[in-house]
Amino acid sequence: MDGRKSIITGQKTFLVALTGNPNSGKTTVFNALTGLRAKVGNYPGVTVERKEGKLKGSPHDKQIIILDLPGTYSLSPKSLDEQVARDVLLNRIPDVPSPSVVVVIVDASNLQRNLYYATQVIELGYPVIIALNMMDVAAQNGQIVNIEKLSRSLNAPVIPMVASKKEGITALQQAIIEIVSKSENKPQTKDYDAVNQSVSKLQTKTGNRELFWKMPDFYRIEIQKIAQLLESLSSEKCLNPEAEALLLLTDDAALGRPGEFYPEEIVRAVHEARKRIESCGGDWKTDPIEGRYEVISKIYADSVTQLPHIEETFSDKLDRIITHRVWGIVIFFGIMLVMFQSIFRLAKIPMEFLGSVIEQFGQYISSTMPPGALTNLITDGVIAGVGAVVVFLPQILLLFLFLSLLEDTGYMSRAAFIMDRIMGKVGLHGKAFIPLLSSFACAIPGIMAARTIESYKDRLVTILIAPLMSCSARLPVYTVLISACIPDIKVLGFLRLQGLVLMGAYVTGIVLALIMALIFKKTILKGEIPMLLMELPPYKKPTIWTTLHHMWDRSVVFLKQAGTIILLINIVLWFLMNYPKGNIEKEFETRQAQVLQKYLGTNIPPEKIQEIVLNIETSHPANDNAKALVHELTEIKKAASVESLSRSFAGMLGRAIEPIIAPLGFDWKIGIGIISSFAARETFVSTMAIIYNVGADKEENNIVSLANAFKDQKRSDGTRLFTPLTGITLIVFYICALQCASTIVVVRRETNSWKWTIFQWLYLGLLAWTLSFLTRSIGMMLGLS
Amino acid sequence: MVIASIDLPPETRERLYELGLLVGTQIELIRFAPLGDPVEIKVRGYRLTIPRHEAERILVALPEVQTQK
Repeated sequence: MDGRKSIITGQKTFLVALTGNPNSGKTTVFNALTGLRAKVGNYPGVTVERKEGKLKGSPHDKQIIILDLPGTYSLSPKSLDEQVARDVLLNRIPDVPSPSVVVVIVDASNLQRNLYYATQVIELGYPVIIALNMMDVAAQNGQIVNIEKLSRSLNAPVIPMVASKKEGITALQQAIIEIVSKSENKPQTKDYDAVNQSVSKLQTKTGNRELFWKMPDFYRIEIQKIAQLLESLSSEKCLNPEAEALLLLTDDAALGRPGEFYPEEIVRAVHEARKRIESCGGDWKTDPIEGRYEVISKIYADSVTQLPHIEETFSDKLDRIITHRVWGIVIFFGIMLVMFQSIFRLAKIPMEFLGSVIEQFGQYISSTMPPGALTNLITDGVIAGVGAVVVFLPQILLLFLFLSLLEDTGYMSRAAFIMDRIMGKVGLHGKAFIPLLSSFACAIPGIMAARTIESYKDRLVTILIAPLMSCSARLPVYTVLISACIPDIKVLGFLRLQGLVLMGAYVTGIVLALIMALIFKKTILKGEIPMLLMELPPYKKPTIWTTLHHMWDRSVVFLKQAGTIILLINIVLWFLMNYPKGNIEKEFETRQAQVLQKYLGTNIPPEKIQEIVLNIETSHPANDNAKALVHELTEIKKAASVESLSRSFAGMLGRAIEPIIAPLGFDWKIGIGIISSFAARETFVSTMAIIYNVGADKEENNIVSLANAFKDQKRSDGTRLFTPLTGITLIVFYICALQCASTIVVVRRETNSWKWTIFQWLYLGLLAWTLSFLTRSIGMMLGLS
Repeated sequence: MVIASIDLPPETRERLYELGLLVGTQIELIRFAPLGDPVEIKVRGYRLTIPRHEAERILVALPEVQTQK
């Protein structure tokens, strides 16, 4: 329990667990305590996010790690997240050491329900600090909390805080350090006198805290019996045995099967105790809850003074409009419209700037490095490829800015409240709305967010349809296709057609997701719709700091992907597209020589051809004859690069799948793009940039030149390849197909089943093909080309 | 009004209890969602949404009824 010493640094490591109800501001406290140095990982075996970071200002000889536990309402978990929080506190996770200090975040403006969980945690017997957050909201509601009285009733130090304004953070930080130091010096007795003088006298032995519930004797006898048994059987004593006994008595899941967590002897004893309680007329499930709330009501009455206040708060007034029958829905769709229109239009300027910077960087590299395969790999493979994805950073930042704002203001839960009926209609849980909305950013956090849904079947349905939400990686694909294929005209005088098509792509994904959910719920995943119990926290003014933090976290993930997976894929793709080399260069030189001979009338020796071609290209041709020569040489070059790609490994792959995608109007080059997308969808853009040799005309930036390159592509019959219909068909394909290796890996982890993972991939692939085929057929019938 | 009884399966009832909805607790119906479901209630100073179907099984006693008892 007292920190373990690192052999290398000589530092002792201490774990501080941060726990509390959802919406208590736990993440804000965590961010304030750790700064930007959080590490995100997973708990062993399960995929609940494990967030930890070093405490800012820890003493040099100690390493204090803050562990942010998932938000939870009680120690009897109803979801995977809650289960992990409980398991850490019960020392059931082998990888996580027992915490030296537990900090319980309590929402002062919602004291009673928050104290339910807080008292449960206090009873466990850890050295504990109560961080009483949102004091400002409580004050607004006219609630004056007497900190000293509350601290005495809870028998724990209480630190008043307003985490969003960083008030109380230093006090909490110091309290943690002091308790950690105390526990190090005096491992046997842990008291809090340094933190809270008034508490110290009451505090005796932490391990044997008294339970809050003043239970009737027939309960007390049973609890003591089980506690004694627990004490006699366990070798290391970490938890207060009475608290553990109470938890086991009331919660079947915590008790488990004989041998699962506890020896058969204990499981049997608990079952017998329950029977005896029942025979006394007790209900072992609800009596302890009622008993706890009774004590809490007393503590509340004792330590909180309710001043007269305005009955209807600002938040209530706002809710009248935002969840209004008519206005609520209008506002909801209005927010969505603004969000997607601005993602398309506001991001344009920084994107163009970023594009030109990347291009200049590529030029600089190619001009300073000796020509050859390596330079080629760096400029065409790495810089052009990764650059084409990084260009989309402004759009991704904007999307995450909107999502964090919705989350931080409290609108997200209102959106779930408004949408619940619709979600329920297709058999989805209202809670599925948030995972699905998160999937607009990326299916990976979305699929992981589905963990808040208690029922496995409902979770599975949500996971299966989540990739139909257009993620941020598809945004670059849509953007390029729309710029290339959809004319930039205005509809109804003020809406841009391009923006509407973009919105249409998102809406199509949503509609398809709902239809598929309905089908799954009616067929393979029949089950009851579980109940939606959701808190509607008061609206909050988002703090810039929190929102930026949120945005930063997500964007780093995106950039990391661009820097690792996408970089790797670009190198592999560059190889696939440039090898085998064959003798294309020879053929290409011969043809150039022929052209040169035709215009110049002399035979050029083979070793001089490249030099002359370069000279002609860089000079500015003045007469028509020279212009025609340059034109012919460029045409040969283009033909050669297409020929080279066509003979490469990538070309072979693209052609191999051409029969499958030809009915959709796609050629083998698009095939290469589709194949490359399996790494990550945004790779489509960078692959197409390489395939169409974008970067040849250096004046324009990436997106515009790529869109122009798209416009130049012709079918074998000479008609344009990227017509509006091809663009829309391809967008439909990208809406549906699950072309993201990372998502597939996460789905496997989350469902713990290859069967469902493969099923998802197949059904989405089939859906993509069928709908693209239908789009093209209907489009052609309507006379589109 | 106060909760008179909660006529729901044990699992659900237990969670409602933990959230502070006990027999005898004051609750207030705030509104129905724009599409009629779920229901927003106020309990122990905070807002909670409950599906209409479940909310209909939380029986309440009006103040008059209480005085009659």
